[in-house]
Amino acid sequence: MSAPLLAVDHLTMRFGGLIAIGDLSFEAQPREITAIIGPNGAGKTTVFNCLTGFYRPSSGMLSLTHKNGQRFLLERLDGHLITRTARVARTFQNIRLFSNMTVLENLMVAQHAALMKASLFTLGGLFGLPGYRKAERNALELARHWLDKVGLTAKADEAANALPYGDQRRLEIVRAMCTGPELLCLDEPAAGLNPKESADLNQLLLSIKREEEIGILLIEHDMSVVMGISDHVVVLDYGRKIAEGPPSHVRADKAVIRAYLGEAEDAEEDAC
Amino acid sequence: MAYFLQQLINGVTLGAIYGLIAIGYTMVYGIIGMINFAHGEIYMIGAFISLIAFLVLGAMGVTYVPLALLLVLILAMGFTALWGWAVERLAYRPLRGSFRLAPLITAIGMSILLGNLVQILQGARVKTLPPTVPGGLILMEAEGFAVRLSFLQIFIVALTIALMIGFTWLIKNTSLGRAQRACEQDMTMAALIGVNVDRTISATFVIGAALAAVAGLMVTLYYGVIDFYIGFLAGIKAFTAAVLGGIGSLPGAMLGGLLIGLIEAFWSGYFTTEYKDVAAFSILVLVLIFRPTGLLGRPEVEKV
Repeated sequence: MSAPLLAVDHLTMRFGGLIAIGDLSFEAQPREITAIIGPNGAGKTTVFNCLTGFYRPSSGMLSLTHKNGQRFLLERLDGHLITRTARVARTFQNIRLFSNMTVLENLMVAQHAALMKASLFTLGGLFGLPGYRKAERNALELARHWLDKVGLTAKADEAANALPYGDQRRLEIVRAMCTGPELLCLDEPAAGLNPKESADLNQLLLSIKREEEIGILLIEHDMSVVMGISDHVVVLDYGRKIAEGPPSHVRADKAVIRAYLGEAEDAEEDAC
Repeated sequence: MAYFLQQLINGVTLGAIYGLIAIGYTMVYGIIGMINFAHGEIYMIGAFISLIAFLVLGAMGVTYVPLALLLVLILAMGFTALWGWAVERLAYRPLRGSFRLAPLITAIGMSILLGNLVQILQGARVKTLPPTVPGGLILMEAEGFAVRLSFLQIFIVALTIALMIGFTWLIKNTSLGRAQRACEQDMTMAALIGVNVDRTISATFVIGAALAAVAGLMVTLYYGVIDFYIGFLAGIKAFTAAVLGGIGSLPGAMLGGLLIGLIEAFWSGYFTTEYKDVAAFSILVLVLIFRPTGLLGRPEVEKV
């Protein structure tokens, strides 16, 4: 088997005396959805923050391997390079769209790095060089492709903050996709969605996994999403991994049940 | 009536110049939330570079005025932009993420530094440029008073309008403009989707400095007299214009510049020239008291 897409190796993150993540190791494969679950405060978002350069891990190694074999050590890269060269994209728990820009502009700005290069840092763009025109056409095409995918084509020119909540969530995911990631990190994408929207989200994530052949890392509380679509589940509690495996296996794990439901005399095998 | 018209023409010309400088203040404020107090000095440097370029071109025998103007424009914009870039790179970027007052203090320091640097390099005496764009139109004559519209005034206003249209287009339609608007709203998120935030901020300073250089060129041509100290007053007035229009808002900066120019022209025309600065700064005080968001500004939204 080839190298995993993401290998988290003995990751530890300390804040003063608090150990937010303690000696965490797991792997995420390409073309798989890996879910990270755990009670509130288990350190899930901290893992994302380490992956995307918000925090420098106290120790440990985060290595990412592209399909073409190129390897990156995420803990050593600067913020925008993590997206640009290592190709890790991320969304947040609270929606962080560029709310004053239009839906389409949100997707275009996600392709800024490529456009900037093609336009020779704007100067060429001003004179309409053919290379830039082509890059811009491609960028528009990609943006339209993703708009189509989430059914927002008709709303392309509306301000992003005018969209309904569910649409904003999906727009955020496709904006991340417009950066051309190899690893997509989603922080509670189903939060606040109704059951129908949540089902749509499942379909979107599955089709991204299938068609784009990338890996998805997912933090989620909504168990219907986690159990429905993930290939691999990592369970955290107090910053440590307490279980790992396919959803069916994790669902039955005693330690997991204890963490979620509290200490029980005999935890039922089928509890979730 | 004739007198009024004349003051209107003068005011619009002056307003165009203030507007160009004000854009630099408002853009930098929009993107990193700091008032770049060295911006007035950047404008002053633009004026000096224009003057030097004129003299050099004159010595080289370029006497065809439109060509000379074009060359000076390009040279002044280019070199002043370089200054703007250097100031950001050396003085502001290292302090990004520092406490809130640090960039402000540095900006004031840079302002003093640049002013004194030019004083040492160019001397404290005023520099003059002989009238380069002579001639004009007489629009009307009434009661023995001729309303003049000089070619230079037409040039200034037309160039300003062209630059503002181009600039608005840049912000709205280019990738750089989108990145600037994205950084303005959420710098972290912009970085996370692959925007090089530092470079985008640099570009903002470069564009602001280039526009200020044009203003510097205009002032050199219009008054024909510059010294190392002009940056201070013009800077504060352009800042007033930006605040009046609503700091952070681009149309606001243009409108604010125009209004400050008009107020100053009419005040000097109907009351007294001696207190024309008082008029401009009284506006600043009134705006800050009664409408801190300015005419076109949005109410401050707390960033998360």
